[in-house]
Amino acid sequence: MSRTWWKNPIALVMTALMLFPLYWMLNVSFTKRESIRGGDLAPVDFTFDHYAVVFRDQLPYLGTSLVIGVGTVVLTLAIAAPASFALASMAVPGGRFIGFALIVAQMVPAVVMSLGLYSIYNTVGLLDTLPGLILADSTIAVPFAVLLLTAFMAGIPRELLQAAQIDGASHWRTFRSIVLPVSRNAIITSALFAFLWAWSDFIFASTLNREGGLLRPITMGIYNYIGAQNQEWGPMMATAVVASIPAAVLLVVAQKYVAAGVTAGAVKN
Amino acid sequence: MTTLTTRTAAAPTTPAPETAKPKRRGAHWAAIAFVIPLVLYLLLFYAYPLVQNLTMSLHRFDRGTFISGGAPFVGLEIYRAVFAHPQFWTIVWQTTVFTAVSLAFQYLIGLTIAVFFHRGGFRLAAPLRGMFLVPWLLPVIVSGTTWQWMMNPDAGLLNSFLGLFGADPVWWLSADNALMSVAIANIWLGIPFNLVILYSGLQGIPKELYEAASMDGATPWQQFWRITLPMLRPVTLITLLLGLVYTLKVVDIIWIMTMGTGTSQTLATWAYGMSVGKGASGVIRYSEASAVGTILLLAALAFGLIYIAAQRKQEH
Repeated sequence: MSRTWWKNPIALVMTALMLFPLYWMLNVSFTKRESIRGGDLAPVDFTFDHYAVVFRDQLPYLGTSLVIGVGTVVLTLAIAAPASFALASMAVPGGRFIGFALIVAQMVPAVVMSLGLYSIYNTVGLLDTLPGLILADSTIAVPFAVLLLTAFMAGIPRELLQAAQIDGASHWRTFRSIVLPVSRNAIITSALFAFLWAWSDFIFASTLNREGGLLRPITMGIYNYIGAQNQEWGPMMATAVVASIPAAVLLVVAQKYVAAGVTAGAVKN
Repeated sequence: MTTLTTRTAAAPTTPAPETAKPKRRGAHWAAIAFVIPLVLYLLLFYAYPLVQNLTMSLHRFDRGTFISGGAPFVGLEIYRAVFAHPQFWTIVWQTTVFTAVSLAFQYLIGLTIAVFFHRGGFRLAAPLRGMFLVPWLLPVIVSGTTWQWMMNPDAGLLNSFLGLFGADPVWWLSADNALMSVAIANIWLGIPFNLVILYSGLQGIPKELYEAASMDGATPWQQFWRITLPMLRPVTLITLLLGLVYTLKVVDIIWIMTMGTGTSQTLATWAYGMSVGKGASGVIRYSEASAVGTILLLAALAFGLIYIAAQRKQEH
Protein backbone atom coordinates (compact mmCIF):
# COMPACT_ATOMS: atom_id res chain seq x y z
CA MET A 1 0.00 0.00 0.00
CA SER A 2 1.41 3.37 -0.97
CA ARG A 3 2.22 6.04 1.59
CA THR A 4 -0.49 8.33 0.30
CA TRP A 5 -3.40 5.87 0.45
CA TRP A 6 -5.05 7.96 3.19
CA LYS A 7 -5.64 10.67 0.64
CA ASN A 8 -8.19 8.50 -1.14
CA PRO A 9 -10.91 8.76 1.54
CA ILE A 10 -10.30 12.50 2.00
CA ALA A 11 -10.58 13.06 -1.76
CA LEU A 12 -13.76 10.99 -1.80
CA VAL A 13 -15.32 13.11 0.94
CA MET A 14 -14.35 16.34 -0.84
CA THR A 15 -15.84 15.11 -4.10
CA ALA A 16 -19.00 13.96 -2.35
CA LEU A 17 -19.42 17.39 -0.72
CA MET A 18 -18.86 19.14 -4.02
CA LEU A 19 -21.33 16.96 -5.88
CA PHE A 20 -23.87 16.83 -3.07
CA PRO A 21 -26.23 19.41 -4.65
CA LEU A 22 -26.48 17.15 -7.68
CA TYR A 23 -27.27 14.14 -5.54
CA TRP A 24 -29.95 16.22 -3.88
CA MET A 25 -31.44 17.06 -7.27
CA LEU A 26 -31.59 13.33 -8.11
CA ASN A 27 -33.04 12.54 -4.70
CA VAL A 28 -35.88 15.06 -5.01
CA SER A 29 -36.61 13.99 -8.59
CA PHE A 30 -37.36 10.43 -7.37
CA THR A 31 -39.35 11.39 -4.26
CA LYS A 32 -43.16 11.44 -4.15
CA ARG A 33 -44.69 14.88 -4.16
CA GLU A 34 -46.07 14.71 -0.62
CA SER A 35 -42.73 13.56 0.83
CA ILE A 36 -40.44 16.09 -0.87
CA ARG A 37 -40.76 18.60 1.94
CA GLY A 38 -39.80 15.88 4.44
CA GLY A 39 -36.23 16.10 3.22
CA ASP A 40 -35.22 12.43 3.51
CA LEU A 41 -31.59 11.79 2.61
CA ALA A 42 -32.64 9.10 0.13
CA PRO A 43 -35.78 8.77 -2.00
CA VAL A 44 -37.61 6.54 0.51
CA ASP A 45 -40.98 7.37 -1.01
CA PHE A 46 -39.73 6.35 -4.43
CA THR A 47 -41.57 7.31 -7.62
CA PHE A 48 -41.04 7.73 -11.36
CA ASP A 49 -44.03 10.07 -11.60
CA HIS A 50 -41.99 13.23 -12.05
CA TYR A 51 -40.19 11.69 -15.00
CA ALA A 52 -43.53 10.77 -16.53
CA VAL A 53 -44.41 14.46 -16.33
CA VAL A 54 -41.10 15.35 -17.97
CA PHE A 55 -41.73 13.00 -20.87
CA ARG A 56 -45.26 14.33 -21.25
CA ASP A 57 -44.39 18.04 -21.11
CA GLN A 58 -40.73 18.53 -21.92
CA LEU A 59 -39.97 16.39 -24.98
CA PRO A 60 -40.53 19.21 -27.49
CA TYR A 61 -38.17 21.48 -25.55
CA LEU A 62 -35.54 18.75 -25.44
CA GLY A 63 -35.88 18.29 -29.20
CA THR A 64 -35.52 22.03 -29.73
CA SER A 65 -32.40 22.11 -27.57
CA LEU A 66 -30.91 19.28 -29.58
CA VAL A 67 -31.55 21.10 -32.87
CA ILE A 68 -30.13 24.33 -31.48
CA GLY A 69 -27.07 22.53 -30.10
CA VAL A 70 -26.29 20.75 -33.37
CA GLY A 71 -27.00 23.90 -35.40
CA THR A 72 -24.64 25.91 -33.21
CA VAL A 73 -21.89 23.31 -33.60
CA VAL A 74 -22.20 23.27 -37.40
CA LEU A 75 -22.28 27.06 -37.71
CA THR A 76 -19.42 27.55 -35.27
CA LEU A 77 -17.14 25.06 -37.02
CA ALA A 78 -18.05 26.31 -40.50
CA ILE A 79 -16.91 29.80 -39.56
CA ALA A 80 -14.07 28.95 -37.20
CA ALA A 81 -12.21 26.10 -38.89
CA PRO A 82 -11.28 27.78 -42.23
CA ALA A 83 -10.45 31.07 -40.52
CA SER A 84 -8.26 29.27 -37.99
CA PHE A 85 -6.34 27.54 -40.79
CA ALA A 86 -5.62 30.89 -42.41
CA LEU A 87 -4.70 32.59 -39.13
CA ALA A 88 -2.39 29.72 -38.19
CA SER A 89 -0.52 29.21 -41.41
CA MET A 90 -0.99 32.06 -43.87
CA ALA A 91 -0.22 35.75 -43.90
CA VAL A 92 -3.60 37.24 -43.04
CA PRO A 93 -3.84 41.01 -43.37
CA GLY A 94 -4.90 42.30 -39.96
CA GLY A 95 -4.41 38.85 -38.43
CA ARG A 96 -3.09 40.26 -35.17
CA PHE A 97 -6.05 42.57 -34.86
CA ILE A 98 -8.46 39.68 -35.45
CA GLY A 99 -6.74 37.74 -32.67
CA PHE A 100 -7.11 40.71 -30.33
CA ALA A 101 -10.75 41.23 -31.30
CA LEU A 102 -11.53 37.59 -30.50
CA ILE A 103 -10.11 37.88 -26.98
CA VAL A 104 -12.06 41.08 -26.37
CA ALA A 105 -15.21 39.51 -27.81
CA GLN A 106 -15.15 36.88 -25.08
CA MET A 107 -15.35 39.61 -22.46
CA VAL A 108 -18.52 41.22 -23.74
CA PRO A 109 -21.34 40.66 -21.22
CA ALA A 110 -24.15 38.50 -22.57
CA VAL A 111 -26.71 41.11 -21.44
CA VAL A 112 -25.17 43.65 -23.78
CA MET A 113 -25.19 41.17 -26.65
CA SER A 114 -28.78 40.16 -26.01
CA LEU A 115 -29.97 43.78 -25.93
CA GLY A 116 -28.20 44.62 -29.19
CA LEU A 117 -29.34 41.42 -30.88
CA TYR A 118 -32.91 41.91 -29.64
CA SER A 119 -33.14 45.25 -31.35
CA ILE A 120 -31.59 43.90 -34.57
CA TYR A 121 -33.72 40.73 -34.58
CA ASN A 122 -36.80 42.86 -34.00
CA THR A 123 -36.08 44.68 -37.27
CA VAL A 124 -35.12 41.68 -39.40
CA GLY A 125 -37.71 39.27 -37.99
CA LEU A 126 -35.40 36.79 -36.29
CA LEU A 127 -37.06 37.04 -32.86
CA ASP A 128 -38.54 33.76 -31.59
CA THR A 129 -36.94 31.73 -34.38
CA LEU A 130 -34.51 28.82 -34.24
CA PRO A 131 -31.99 30.35 -36.69
CA GLY A 132 -32.00 33.50 -34.57
CA LEU A 133 -31.19 31.57 -31.42
CA ILE A 134 -28.55 29.42 -33.18
CA LEU A 135 -26.82 32.56 -34.46
CA ALA A 136 -26.92 34.13 -31.00
CA ASP A 137 -25.66 30.99 -29.26
CA SER A 138 -22.82 30.68 -31.74
CA THR A 139 -21.46 34.05 -30.55
CA ILE A 140 -20.48 32.35 -27.29
CA ALA A 141 -18.55 29.61 -29.10
CA VAL A 142 -16.98 31.17 -32.22
CA PRO A 143 -14.21 33.23 -30.53
CA PHE A 144 -13.28 30.29 -28.31
CA ALA A 145 -13.25 27.87 -31.24
CA VAL A 146 -11.09 30.12 -33.42
CA LEU A 147 -8.52 30.65 -30.66
CA LEU A 148 -8.41 26.96 -29.81
CA LEU A 149 -8.19 25.76 -33.42
CA THR A 150 -5.64 28.40 -34.43
CA ALA A 151 -3.42 27.36 -31.56
CA PHE A 152 -3.70 23.74 -32.57
CA MET A 153 -3.24 24.28 -36.30
CA ALA A 154 -0.18 26.46 -35.71
CA GLY A 155 1.43 23.32 -34.33
CA ILE A 156 0.96 21.31 -37.54
CA PRO A 157 4.43 20.74 -39.07
CA ARG A 158 5.09 23.14 -41.94
CA GLU A 159 6.61 20.31 -44.00
CA LEU A 160 3.25 18.58 -44.10
CA LEU A 161 1.53 21.59 -45.66
CA GLN A 162 4.43 22.31 -48.00
CA ALA A 163 4.47 18.73 -49.22
CA ALA A 164 0.82 19.05 -50.17
CA GLN A 165 1.49 22.28 -52.03
CA ILE A 166 4.38 20.77 -53.96
CA ASP A 167 2.02 17.99 -54.97
CA GLY A 168 -0.14 20.72 -56.44
CA ALA A 169 -2.93 20.70 -53.86
CA SER A 170 -4.92 23.93 -53.60
CA HIS A 171 -5.26 25.69 -50.24
CA TRP A 172 -8.78 24.38 -49.92
CA ARG A 173 -7.60 20.86 -50.63
CA THR A 174 -4.77 21.13 -48.14
CA PHE A 175 -7.27 22.36 -45.59
CA ARG A 176 -9.77 19.59 -46.24
CA SER A 177 -7.50 16.58 -46.68
CA ILE A 178 -4.66 17.41 -44.30
CA VAL A 179 -5.46 20.14 -41.80
CA LEU A 180 -8.95 19.01 -40.84
CA PRO A 181 -8.12 15.34 -40.22
CA VAL A 182 -4.96 16.23 -38.28
CA SER A 183 -6.89 18.71 -36.13
CA ARG A 184 -9.53 16.16 -35.20
CA ASN A 185 -9.04 16.45 -31.43
CA ALA A 186 -9.20 20.22 -31.31
CA ILE A 187 -12.28 20.15 -33.53
CA ILE A 188 -14.01 17.69 -31.21
CA THR A 189 -13.20 19.88 -28.20
CA SER A 190 -14.58 22.99 -29.94
CA ALA A 191 -17.71 21.17 -31.05
CA LEU A 192 -18.29 19.76 -27.60
CA PHE A 193 -18.17 23.15 -25.92
CA ALA A 194 -20.24 24.83 -28.61
CA PHE A 195 -22.90 22.19 -27.99
CA LEU A 196 -22.78 22.44 -24.20
CA TRP A 197 -22.95 26.24 -24.20
CA ALA A 198 -25.86 26.30 -26.62
CA TRP A 199 -27.62 23.60 -24.60
CA SER A 200 -27.10 25.54 -21.36
CA ASP A 201 -27.89 29.02 -22.65
CA PHE A 202 -30.36 30.94 -20.56
CA ILE A 203 -29.92 34.64 -21.37
CA PHE A 204 -30.37 34.47 -25.15
CA ALA A 205 -33.26 32.02 -24.93
CA SER A 206 -35.08 34.12 -22.34
CA THR A 207 -34.70 37.38 -24.29
CA LEU A 208 -34.57 36.50 -28.00
CA ASN A 209 -36.92 33.53 -27.91
CA ARG A 210 -39.42 34.53 -25.23
CA GLU A 211 -42.54 33.91 -27.30
CA GLY A 212 -41.12 30.90 -29.13
CA GLY A 213 -43.73 28.45 -27.78
CA LEU A 214 -42.54 24.88 -28.09
CA LEU A 215 -39.61 26.06 -30.20
CA ARG A 216 -37.88 27.06 -26.99
CA PRO A 217 -34.97 25.17 -25.46
CA ILE A 218 -35.11 22.99 -22.35
CA THR A 219 -33.65 25.75 -20.16
CA MET A 220 -36.93 27.60 -20.77
CA GLY A 221 -38.83 24.43 -19.95
CA ILE A 222 -37.25 24.52 -16.49
CA TYR A 223 -37.69 28.28 -16.23
CA ASN A 224 -41.44 27.82 -16.76
CA TYR A 225 -41.59 25.91 -13.48
CA ILE A 226 -39.81 28.71 -11.62
CA GLY A 227 -42.28 31.26 -12.88
CA ALA A 228 -45.28 29.15 -11.90
CA GLN A 229 -47.48 30.22 -8.98
CA ASN A 230 -47.10 26.91 -7.22
CA GLN A 231 -43.55 25.69 -7.70
CA GLU A 232 -43.57 21.98 -8.52
CA TRP A 233 -40.18 20.84 -7.25
CA GLY A 234 -40.49 17.18 -8.31
CA PRO A 235 -41.00 17.71 -12.05
CA MET A 236 -38.61 20.65 -11.93
CA MET A 237 -35.79 18.54 -10.50
CA ALA A 238 -36.61 15.66 -12.87
CA THR A 239 -36.34 18.06 -15.82
CA ALA A 240 -33.07 19.36 -14.40
CA VAL A 241 -31.74 15.81 -14.25
CA VAL A 242 -32.75 15.16 -17.85
CA ALA A 243 -31.20 18.47 -18.93
CA SER A 244 -27.94 17.41 -17.29
CA ILE A 245 -27.64 14.22 -19.31
CA PRO A 246 -25.63 15.66 -22.25
CA ALA A 247 -23.01 17.11 -19.92
CA ALA A 248 -22.80 13.86 -17.98
CA VAL A 249 -22.51 11.74 -21.12
CA LEU A 250 -19.86 13.98 -22.61
CA LEU A 251 -17.88 13.96 -19.39
CA VAL A 252 -17.84 10.18 -19.39
CA VAL A 253 -17.14 9.52 -23.08
CA ALA A 254 -15.00 12.56 -23.83
CA GLN A 255 -13.33 13.56 -20.60
CA LYS A 256 -9.97 14.19 -22.20
CA TYR A 257 -11.50 16.68 -24.65
CA VAL A 258 -13.41 18.38 -21.87
CA ALA A 259 -10.30 18.81 -19.74
CA ALA A 260 -8.42 20.12 -22.77
CA GLY A 261 -11.13 22.66 -23.44
CA VAL A 262 -11.35 23.86 -19.86
CA THR A 263 -7.62 24.49 -19.69
CA ALA A 264 -7.50 26.14 -23.09
CA GLY A 265 -10.61 28.15 -22.37
CA ALA A 266 -9.23 29.22 -19.05
CA VAL A 267 -5.82 30.32 -20.14
CA LYS A 268 -7.04 31.33 -23.57
CA ASN A 269 -5.37 34.38 -24.93
CA MET B 1 -2.28 21.23 -22.35
CA THR B 2 0.33 23.76 -21.30
CA THR B 3 1.92 23.61 -24.71
CA LEU B 4 -1.44 24.14 -26.28
CA THR B 5 -2.18 27.22 -24.24
CA THR B 6 1.16 28.86 -24.78
CA ARG B 7 0.70 28.25 -28.45
CA THR B 8 -2.71 29.91 -28.33
CA ALA B 9 -0.95 33.03 -27.24
CA ALA B 10 1.53 32.95 -30.05
CA ALA B 11 -0.93 31.86 -32.69
CA PRO B 12 -2.31 35.13 -34.03
CA THR B 13 1.19 36.52 -34.42
CA THR B 14 2.63 33.46 -36.14
CA PRO B 15 4.92 34.65 -38.93
CA ALA B 16 3.90 34.01 -42.49
CA PRO B 17 4.85 30.58 -43.79
CA GLU B 18 7.64 30.36 -46.27
CA THR B 19 5.47 29.58 -49.25
CA ALA B 20 7.16 29.44 -52.62
CA LYS B 21 7.65 32.98 -53.90
CA PRO B 22 5.60 32.83 -57.13
CA LYS B 23 2.59 31.63 -55.13
CA ARG B 24 2.62 34.60 -52.73
CA ARG B 25 -0.09 36.66 -54.36
CA GLY B 26 -2.34 33.62 -54.58
CA ALA B 27 -1.68 32.76 -50.96
CA HIS B 28 -2.63 36.27 -49.95
CA TRP B 29 -6.05 36.06 -51.59
CA ALA B 30 -6.57 32.55 -50.30
CA ALA B 31 -5.91 33.74 -46.75
CA ILE B 32 -8.48 36.50 -47.17
CA ALA B 33 -11.02 34.06 -48.56
CA PHE B 34 -10.56 31.74 -45.58
CA VAL B 35 -10.90 34.53 -43.05
CA ILE B 36 -13.65 36.61 -44.64
CA PRO B 37 -16.59 34.62 -43.18
CA LEU B 38 -15.17 35.15 -39.69
CA VAL B 39 -14.64 38.86 -40.26
CA LEU B 40 -18.16 39.32 -41.59
CA TYR B 41 -19.49 37.28 -38.70
CA LEU B 42 -17.64 39.40 -36.13
CA LEU B 43 -18.91 42.59 -37.74
CA LEU B 44 -22.52 41.40 -37.96
CA PHE B 45 -22.82 39.53 -34.68
CA TYR B 46 -20.43 41.39 -32.42
CA ALA B 47 -19.75 44.89 -33.69
CA TYR B 48 -23.28 45.57 -34.87
CA PRO B 49 -25.04 44.51 -31.63
CA LEU B 50 -22.53 46.57 -29.63
CA VAL B 51 -23.22 49.63 -31.76
CA GLN B 52 -26.94 48.95 -31.48
CA ASN B 53 -26.66 48.70 -27.71
CA LEU B 54 -24.84 52.04 -27.60
CA THR B 55 -27.41 53.64 -29.89
CA MET B 56 -30.24 52.50 -27.66
CA SER B 57 -28.58 54.06 -24.64
CA LEU B 58 -28.43 57.42 -26.43
CA HIS B 59 -32.08 57.41 -27.55
CA ARG B 60 -35.16 57.25 -25.39
CA PHE B 61 -36.59 53.86 -26.24
CA ASP B 62 -39.66 52.44 -24.60
CA ARG B 63 -42.08 49.76 -25.72
CA GLY B 64 -43.86 52.14 -28.08
CA THR B 65 -40.89 53.82 -29.73
CA PHE B 66 -39.13 50.48 -29.93
CA ILE B 67 -41.77 49.26 -32.35
CA SER B 68 -42.49 52.52 -34.16
CA GLY B 69 -38.80 53.38 -34.42
CA GLY B 70 -39.25 57.05 -33.54
CA ALA B 71 -37.15 57.12 -30.38
CA PRO B 72 -35.76 60.64 -29.87
CA PHE B 73 -32.01 61.24 -29.44
CA VAL B 74 -31.32 62.40 -25.89
CA GLY B 75 -27.53 62.41 -25.70
CA LEU B 76 -26.20 61.32 -22.31
CA GLU B 77 -29.47 61.97 -20.50
CA ILE B 78 -30.11 58.26 -19.86
CA TYR B 79 -26.64 57.82 -18.40
CA ARG B 80 -27.26 60.83 -16.14
CA ALA B 81 -30.52 59.25 -15.01
CA VAL B 82 -28.83 55.91 -14.36
CA PHE B 83 -26.07 57.50 -12.27
CA ALA B 84 -28.67 59.51 -10.37
CA HIS B 85 -30.81 56.42 -9.70
CA PRO B 86 -31.21 56.08 -5.91
CA GLN B 87 -30.06 52.47 -6.09
CA PHE B 88 -27.09 52.99 -8.44
CA TRP B 89 -24.25 53.13 -5.93
CA THR B 90 -25.85 50.42 -3.80
CA ILE B 91 -25.90 48.16 -6.84
CA VAL B 92 -22.30 49.01 -7.73
CA TRP B 93 -21.32 48.12 -4.17
CA GLN B 94 -23.26 44.84 -4.29
CA THR B 95 -21.62 43.99 -7.60
CA THR B 96 -18.22 44.64 -6.02
CA VAL B 97 -18.98 42.48 -2.98
CA PHE B 98 -20.42 39.66 -5.10
CA THR B 99 -17.35 39.67 -7.34
CA ALA B 100 -14.75 40.01 -4.59
CA VAL B 101 -16.28 37.36 -2.32
CA SER B 102 -16.81 34.93 -5.21
CA LEU B 103 -13.25 35.32 -6.47
CA ALA B 104 -11.62 35.03 -3.05
CA PHE B 105 -13.39 31.82 -2.07
CA GLN B 106 -13.28 30.21 -5.51
CA TYR B 107 -9.56 30.78 -5.58
CA LEU B 108 -8.84 29.62 -2.03
CA ILE B 109 -10.96 26.49 -2.28
CA GLY B 110 -9.77 25.76 -5.83
CA LEU B 111 -6.14 26.13 -4.76
CA THR B 112 -6.57 23.91 -1.70
CA ILE B 113 -8.09 21.13 -3.78
CA ALA B 114 -5.55 21.58 -6.58
CA VAL B 115 -2.63 21.28 -4.15
CA PHE B 116 -4.23 18.26 -2.51
CA PHE B 117 -4.64 16.48 -5.83
CA HIS B 118 -1.29 17.62 -7.16
CA ARG B 119 0.92 16.37 -4.34
CA GLY B 120 -1.24 13.28 -4.25
CA GLY B 121 -0.22 10.40 -6.41
CA PHE B 122 -3.13 8.40 -5.01
CA ARG B 123 -5.23 6.02 -6.99
CA LEU B 124 -8.49 7.99 -7.13
CA ALA B 125 -6.81 11.32 -8.00
CA ALA B 126 -7.53 11.32 -11.73
CA PRO B 127 -11.18 10.12 -11.75
CA LEU B 128 -12.17 12.35 -8.82
CA ARG B 129 -10.53 15.38 -10.40
CA GLY B 130 -12.70 14.68 -13.44
CA MET B 131 -15.80 14.56 -11.25
CA PHE B 132 -15.02 18.02 -9.94
CA LEU B 133 -15.69 19.39 -13.42
CA VAL B 134 -19.34 18.36 -13.38
CA PRO B 135 -20.79 21.54 -11.81
CA TRP B 136 -18.99 23.60 -14.42
CA LEU B 137 -20.51 21.68 -17.33
CA LEU B 138 -24.14 21.59 -16.20
CA PRO B 139 -26.59 24.22 -17.37
CA VAL B 140 -26.61 26.99 -14.76
CA ILE B 141 -30.38 26.78 -14.55
CA VAL B 142 -29.98 23.22 -13.22
CA SER B 143 -27.58 24.25 -10.47
CA GLY B 144 -29.54 27.42 -9.76
CA THR B 145 -32.85 25.66 -9.16
CA THR B 146 -31.15 23.00 -7.04
CA TRP B 147 -29.53 25.63 -4.81
CA GLN B 148 -32.82 27.49 -4.63
CA TRP B 149 -34.49 24.37 -3.29
CA MET B 150 -31.68 23.60 -0.84
CA MET B 151 -32.06 27.17 0.46
CA ASN B 152 -35.81 26.92 0.87
CA PRO B 153 -36.54 28.43 4.31
CA ASP B 154 -38.81 25.73 5.77
CA ALA B 155 -38.07 22.55 3.80
CA GLY B 156 -34.60 23.21 2.44
CA LEU B 157 -31.68 20.99 3.26
CA LEU B 158 -29.40 23.78 4.53
CA ASN B 159 -31.86 24.77 7.24
CA SER B 160 -32.48 21.14 8.25
CA PHE B 161 -28.72 20.78 8.60
CA LEU B 162 -28.45 23.93 10.72
CA GLY B 163 -31.39 22.65 12.75
CA LEU B 164 -29.31 19.62 13.79
CA PHE B 165 -27.14 22.03 15.75
CA GLY B 166 -30.14 23.85 17.13
CA ALA B 167 -29.61 26.88 14.91
CA ASP B 168 -32.56 28.97 13.79
CA PRO B 169 -33.61 28.67 10.15
CA VAL B 170 -32.02 31.21 7.84
CA TRP B 171 -34.10 33.07 5.24
CA TRP B 172 -31.46 32.51 2.62
CA LEU B 173 -33.20 34.18 -0.28
CA SER B 174 -34.75 37.07 1.63
CA ALA B 175 -33.75 40.61 0.63
CA ASP B 176 -31.02 40.92 3.26
CA ASN B 177 -29.41 37.50 2.81
CA ALA B 178 -29.80 37.20 -0.96
CA LEU B 179 -26.31 38.48 -1.77
CA MET B 180 -24.65 35.93 0.53
CA SER B 181 -26.76 33.10 -0.86
CA VAL B 182 -26.13 33.79 -4.53
CA ALA B 183 -22.42 34.24 -3.75
CA ILE B 184 -22.36 30.78 -2.13
CA ALA B 185 -23.89 29.20 -5.23
CA ASN B 186 -21.57 31.15 -7.50
CA ILE B 187 -18.50 30.09 -5.53
CA TRP B 188 -19.59 26.49 -5.96
CA LEU B 189 -19.94 27.06 -9.71
CA GLY B 190 -16.49 28.64 -9.99
CA ILE B 191 -14.44 26.08 -8.08
CA PRO B 192 -13.92 23.71 -11.07
CA PHE B 193 -12.61 26.55 -13.24
CA ASN B 194 -10.08 27.61 -10.58
CA LEU B 195 -9.15 24.01 -9.81
CA VAL B 196 -8.33 23.21 -13.43
CA ILE B 197 -6.19 26.26 -14.15
CA LEU B 198 -4.37 26.16 -10.83
CA TYR B 199 -3.76 22.44 -11.21
CA SER B 200 -2.20 22.95 -14.63
CA GLY B 201 -0.19 25.81 -13.11
CA LEU B 202 1.08 23.49 -10.38
CA GLN B 203 2.16 20.96 -12.97
CA GLY B 204 4.37 23.64 -14.50
CA ILE B 205 6.47 23.97 -11.34
CA PRO B 206 9.71 21.95 -11.70
CA LYS B 207 9.79 18.93 -9.37
CA GLU B 208 13.49 19.52 -8.66
CA LEU B 209 12.59 22.60 -6.63
CA TYR B 210 10.60 20.48 -4.19
CA GLU B 211 13.25 17.77 -4.10
CA ALA B 212 15.97 20.28 -3.32
CA ALA B 213 13.80 21.90 -0.67
CA SER B 214 13.01 18.65 1.11
CA MET B 215 16.71 17.70 1.09
CA ASP B 216 17.31 21.01 2.84
CA GLY B 217 14.74 19.91 5.40
CA ALA B 218 11.87 22.21 4.38
CA THR B 219 8.48 21.04 5.67
CA PRO B 220 5.57 20.70 3.20
CA TRP B 221 4.10 23.84 4.76
CA GLN B 222 7.30 25.81 4.12
CA GLN B 223 7.49 24.40 0.60
CA PHE B 224 3.99 25.67 -0.07
CA TRP B 225 4.78 29.22 1.04
CA ARG B 226 8.31 29.43 -0.37
CA ILE B 227 7.91 27.51 -3.64
CA THR B 228 4.31 26.84 -4.65
CA LEU B 229 2.79 30.26 -4.00
CA PRO B 230 5.63 32.36 -5.51
CA MET B 231 5.89 30.09 -8.56
CA LEU B 232 2.14 30.21 -9.00
CA ARG B 233 1.92 34.00 -8.91
CA PRO B 234 1.57 34.57 -12.68
CA VAL B 235 -1.13 31.89 -12.96
CA THR B 236 -2.88 33.37 -9.94
CA LEU B 237 -2.96 36.80 -11.52
CA ILE B 238 -4.39 35.43 -14.77
CA THR B 239 -6.96 33.29 -12.93
CA LEU B 240 -8.21 36.16 -10.82
CA LEU B 241 -8.36 38.69 -13.65
CA LEU B 242 -10.21 36.31 -15.94
CA GLY B 243 -12.50 35.30 -13.08
CA LEU B 244 -13.15 38.98 -12.44
CA VAL B 245 -14.22 39.61 -16.03
CA TYR B 246 -16.48 36.54 -15.96
CA THR B 247 -18.00 37.26 -12.54
CA LEU B 248 -18.84 40.88 -13.35
CA LYS B 249 -21.19 39.75 -16.10
CA VAL B 250 -22.89 36.88 -14.29
CA VAL B 251 -26.67 36.99 -14.69
CA ASP B 252 -28.12 33.50 -14.79
CA ILE B 253 -27.25 32.04 -11.38
CA ILE B 254 -28.47 35.19 -9.59
CA TRP B 255 -31.55 35.64 -11.72
CA ILE B 256 -32.66 32.03 -11.36
CA MET B 257 -32.29 32.08 -7.58
CA THR B 258 -33.60 35.54 -6.66
CA MET B 259 -34.43 37.50 -9.85
CA GLY B 260 -31.98 40.07 -8.57
CA THR B 261 -34.18 41.04 -5.64
CA GLY B 262 -32.85 42.63 -2.47
CA THR B 263 -29.12 42.71 -1.98
CA SER B 264 -28.49 40.28 -4.84
CA GLN B 265 -29.03 42.95 -7.50
CA THR B 266 -25.85 43.52 -9.53
CA LEU B 267 -25.22 45.72 -12.56
CA ALA B 268 -25.67 42.69 -14.82
CA THR B 269 -28.99 41.53 -13.31
CA TRP B 270 -30.22 45.12 -13.18
CA ALA B 271 -29.60 45.52 -16.92
CA TYR B 272 -31.13 42.11 -17.64
CA GLY B 273 -34.20 42.78 -15.49
CA MET B 274 -34.90 46.09 -17.24
CA SER B 275 -34.45 44.46 -20.65
CA VAL B 276 -37.16 41.87 -19.95
CA GLY B 277 -39.31 43.99 -17.64
CA LYS B 278 -39.13 41.59 -14.71
CA GLY B 279 -37.67 41.59 -11.22
CA ALA B 280 -37.07 44.94 -9.56
CA SER B 281 -37.98 46.86 -12.71
CA GLY B 282 -41.36 45.40 -13.67
CA VAL B 283 -41.39 47.55 -16.81
CA ILE B 284 -39.26 47.13 -19.92
CA ARG B 285 -36.67 49.93 -20.08
CA TYR B 286 -34.48 49.25 -23.11
CA SER B 287 -32.53 52.50 -22.95
CA GLU B 288 -31.70 52.27 -19.26
CA ALA B 289 -30.79 48.59 -19.67
CA SER B 290 -28.45 49.47 -22.55
CA ALA B 291 -26.84 52.27 -20.54
CA VAL B 292 -26.18 49.97 -17.57
CA GLY B 293 -24.95 47.34 -20.04
CA THR B 294 -22.50 49.82 -21.54
CA ILE B 295 -21.17 50.71 -18.07
CA LEU B 296 -20.75 47.01 -17.36
CA LEU B 297 -19.03 46.49 -20.70
CA LEU B 298 -16.55 49.28 -19.99
CA ALA B 299 -15.74 47.81 -16.58
CA ALA B 300 -15.26 44.32 -18.06
CA LEU B 301 -13.05 45.66 -20.86
CA ALA B 302 -10.92 47.69 -18.44
CA PHE B 303 -10.08 44.59 -16.43
CA GLY B 304 -9.89 42.58 -19.64
CA LEU B 305 -7.15 44.83 -21.01
CA ILE B 306 -5.20 44.47 -17.76
CA TYR B 307 -5.59 40.72 -18.20
CA ILE B 308 -4.26 40.84 -21.77
CA ALA B 309 -1.32 42.98 -20.65
CA ALA B 310 -0.56 40.55 -17.81
CA GLN B 311 -0.74 37.61 -20.19
CA ARG B 312 1.63 39.31 -22.65
CA LYS B 313 4.08 40.14 -19.90
CA GLN B 314 4.06 36.57 -18.70
CA GLU B 315 5.11 35.31 -22.12
CA HIS B 316 8.13 37.57 -22.37
